[in-house]
Amino acid sequence: MPAVEVNGLRVARGGKLVLPDLSCRIPAAVVTGLLGPSGSGKSTLIRSIVGVQQVAGGAVEVLGQPAGSPRLRSRVGYMTQAPSVYGDLTVRENLRFFARVLGLGADAVERAISSVSLLDDADRVVDRLSGGQRARVSLASALLGEPDLLVLDEPTVGLDPVLRRDLWELFHELAANGRTLLVSSHVMDEADRCDTLLLLREGRLLAAATPAGLRAQTGEDDLDTAFLRLVEGAR
Amino acid sequence: MSLRVTWAVARRVLEQLRRDPRTIALIIGVPCVLEFLLQQLFGRHSPVFQHVGAPLLGLFPFVTMFLVTSITMLRERTSGTLERLMTLPLAKLDLLSGYGIAFALVAVVQATLVSILAFGLLGLEVAGPQWLVVVLAVANAVLGSTLGLFVSAFAQTEFQAVQFMPAVVFPQFLLCGLFVARDEMATWLRAISALFPLTYAYDALAHAAADTLGVRFAVDVAVVCGCIVLALALGAATLRRRTP
Repeated sequence: MPAVEVNGLRVARGGKLVLPDLSCRIPAAVVTGLLGPSGSGKSTLIRSIVGVQQVAGGAVEVLGQPAGSPRLRSRVGYMTQAPSVYGDLTVRENLRFFARVLGLGADAVERAISSVSLLDDADRVVDRLSGGQRARVSLASALLGEPDLLVLDEPTVGLDPVLRRDLWELFHELAANGRTLLVSSHVMDEADRCDTLLLLREGRLLAAATPAGLRAQTGEDDLDTAFLRLVEGAR
Repeated sequence: MSLRVTWAVARRVLEQLRRDPRTIALIIGVPCVLEFLLQQLFGRHSPVFQHVGAPLLGLFPFVTMFLVTSITMLRERTSGTLERLMTLPLAKLDLLSGYGIAFALVAVVQATLVSILAFGLLGLEVAGPQWLVVVLAVANAVLGSTLGLFVSAFAQTEFQAVQFMPAVVFPQFLLCGLFVARDEMATWLRAISALFPLTYAYDALAHAAADTLGVRFAVDVAVVCGCIVLALALGAATLRRRTP
């Protein structure tokens, strides 16, 4: 059974039909990459999955329940695109707050901080951190309690390569432990790190395949070029 | 609703406030300075100071907390933290009550310190119990917070939120009976003032100061409490888990 099932999702934002009619599935216990240029509807799909998006039609089922169900709230971790943490609190104070809301203890807080390599900066006020560090605080609060489904909107933007590699290792480790991850990105070089891909363009699903499958389908070795082939083929 | 979550919110709001000592200094210092100015302006034994000193003491927290909460809540909306909170196991009332509790605690400190100054050093005298003035001040702070939470939904920027203060608070201040007794107002003004929660807050304070704790006082307190509940409900209604 897939972790997320989207059927005929239709979303309008600001008078524009962002997702006209989207259907896709996100398999359980793997890392799914949601790729596409900015403005393709990635964040809207993500918001629909975590249940904060007003939708005009269709159905989104998450872990066997309609998206946004109260019972999903402690099972889904969500990292918004812009870091959504309290800038006037320290890293640890931020995480302690989210942990208290989730009913988790201090050990969960420390684990989340260390998983994003912020232990050395844990007592610094978030506003004084760099943009990449702020993004990691936001990621850490989504990781709290290792929820069954992690929905991460561009979690690796602006991070240095070493950190990016470490985070992808963490994502795969979580998947190996049975967690489902949906990770969005607008850069194709992240595609190879995902188990399976959803390619989105102008609100439509261009492809749903593994990186290898995508190469085979298009006959292109470079995933960026493969994406271009798909766009041209769709015309 | 969950007590654990409500308290988590209250604690977080207080932690944020602690990082901002200048705001704390303003919250506590400004009413003290104003109360002092009032005493200097009219004189220690003047009937004006003795008449408005106690009600003002109880109304300061209303104004401060209205402003502070509406801005803090607006920040929560614009920074994306509200969107994240809406995906967590947190009831809307947990969030609003958490805010209310945090600012009520601040108001306890504010009202206590201003009272110590006014009753202890400035020579303000009340016929009724002084502690009742403090209790009413805290209730007014909660009223101010809940109203602030509600109106913050109608502001998109901090500039707009600040403007709600003259728009929402000043008319209530003018008509509550502090400047002109309600009996002496034009009928239509009196009718409008009967719709404002601050009118009842002021009246309760005036009764507490004059030690006339009768039915009218009880009605005033009941209306203030009712308005707190109503503002909380309206505030919860403006919080949407799903946004466009």
